[in-house]
Amino acid sequence: MSSRVLVITERQDGSFGKVTYEALSEGRRIADCINAEVTVAVLGDCREADALELEEYGADTILLAEIASLSSYGTDSYVNVLEKLAKELRPQIILLGATDHGKDLAAQLSARLDAGLAMECTGIKLENGEFTFTRPMYGGKVIADIKIKGYPKIVAVRPNVMKMEINRRKAVIKDLAVVVGKGRTLVIGKKVQSEGKINLTEADIIVSGGRGTRGDFGPIEALASLLDGGVGASRAAVDAGWRPHNDQVGQTGKVVSPTLYIACGISGAIQHLAGMSTAKYIVAINIDSEAPIFAKSDFGITGDLFKVIPAIVNELRTKFPATGISRPLCPAAVSIALF
Amino acid sequence: MEIVVLVKQVPDTEAMIQIAEDGVSLKTEKITWIMNPYDEFAVEEALRIRASLGGRVTVLALGPESTVTAIRTALAMGADKGIHINDPAAEGSDSLSTGKILAAALKDIPYDLIIAGQRAMDDDGYQVGAAVAEYLDIPQISMVIKQEIVGGKIICHRTEDGALVTVESDLPVLFTTQRGLNEPRYVTFPNILKAKKKPVEIKTLEDLGIDPQTVGPAGQKVTIVALHSPPKRIGVRMLVRETDQENAAELVRILSEKVNVSRA
Repeated sequence: MSSRVLVITERQDGSFGKVTYEALSEGRRIADCINAEVTVAVLGDCREADALELEEYGADTILLAEIASLSSYGTDSYVNVLEKLAKELRPQIILLGATDHGKDLAAQLSARLDAGLAMECTGIKLENGEFTFTRPMYGGKVIADIKIKGYPKIVAVRPNVMKMEINRRKAVIKDLAVVVGKGRTLVIGKKVQSEGKINLTEADIIVSGGRGTRGDFGPIEALASLLDGGVGASRAAVDAGWRPHNDQVGQTGKVVSPTLYIACGISGAIQHLAGMSTAKYIVAINIDSEAPIFAKSDFGITGDLFKVIPAIVNELRTKFPATGISRPLCPAAVSIALF
Repeated sequence: MEIVVLVKQVPDTEAMIQIAEDGVSLKTEKITWIMNPYDEFAVEEALRIRASLGGRVTVLALGPESTVTAIRTALAMGADKGIHINDPAAEGSDSLSTGKILAAALKDIPYDLIIAGQRAMDDDGYQVGAAVAEYLDIPQISMVIKQEIVGGKIICHRTEDGALVTVESDLPVLFTTQRGLNEPRYVTFPNILKAKKKPVEIKTLEDLGIDPQTVGPAGQKVTIVALHSPPKRIGVRMLVRETDQENAAELVRILSEKVNVSRA
């Protein structure tokens, strides 16, 4: 009986989101441990040529359901299609990215299939034939190792954690015949709010501002732009109306795991720390040398951010004059960059 | 409109969380318990809907004795009645079991709309809302930041990875809350007193027709086998040169060694 790992892809504006490659790479690694094959389900707007990219990251079989009614995410249609697919393929593990779309899908698929779910999984181990999944709880203050009984086991991987790894295979691509049926909910509009904005949950570098900015995010944005990073905000900045809710990093905002997090004018409330404590390197800039954020940082500068940030910007411009080539940061920690 | 709000009691987000000796649970002595913040948005939204469309707001919670505080808070905010599923056999239920128990209770409660928090701040599971909707065979819409009810239909605006997606559905529906949906009202002392007179029904698993072996520890599909504290940082290195320029230079030098910093 052959084992199977099913990876569910996510399309974002005509390409696969980075988390899709992360989930697929993890799926490949698992499959290699349990002698399984990796099947990838591509629902929606994707041409065959684009789907074949997935070969690079270890797909053995690519099932493509390129149907107009699946081109934008609708909970019912996706869950119905994937329920049927899961029942046919009987995979041991189902992997997808824990984006907003992925969380919504994973939660409902879990209930539909009566399958245990590891939500926001940050690590998977296989020991003595048993899987253990690691995931954060209590806003990241506790890391839990969990076991899931039965099959399939659904794993929604936290973005920006699993390593993307090239593992080229020759994939077989097949059409996935689906009957979508009528959804109970109807998507009647979609407005992209963050045109050109970097998705914080996938960003490698984030520069965040808090109360200390007094509403002026100019320096934060300038530094972020120079580093090709995202701009985050503390709850204070969002509550004050200086930044939109979407930008909030924290326990009741976004949980991010960048390689570098620069916190400017942020005191370091526990609920903010919960949103960024897994960053590889944390730098804090605050006028108050007693600010709690310093205790949780790797590097700190006591000073006025309106003076310190321009000094950093200046230093970056001097040390790394513009090459004219736009190249996002590629931290040594990430093995293969997509770009 | 019959509106049911699902609430959960969770540790205060400012709380210091400590792992208990057994390595799979938390020390609870020093914890302050609060209503899950995302459930506060749910209660508030229910009250606003009741204000504009009339009807009743019922709060439903599964949890031990202490959960009554969250229910009373919701009643003090203005909810009409509470239902508390309190049964020791339900403790240790995972997300699917919790969904199953709540759905069983909801079979006996009239509802046009169910509102739940997108996730609970303890398990960060994001699952219970969807599970309840699935077991009731009603649609669920997650992460709703704005909603309107117009003639038996609900229009929800949800946040989805940087986009605002508008979804329409017939009622009944279950939707989960997103931060920004509303600003929950403060509870005033007179309202706390008034809330003491509002009814809170207590239910057990037997009342709901649930076999304890299918929930709680025995019914777990997902089991915590170990809890760890996250890795600690080694301690901050403060950059203390004379000038901002010198500190900036030092920082950029350090970062370019550790992180492959270059200009975009």
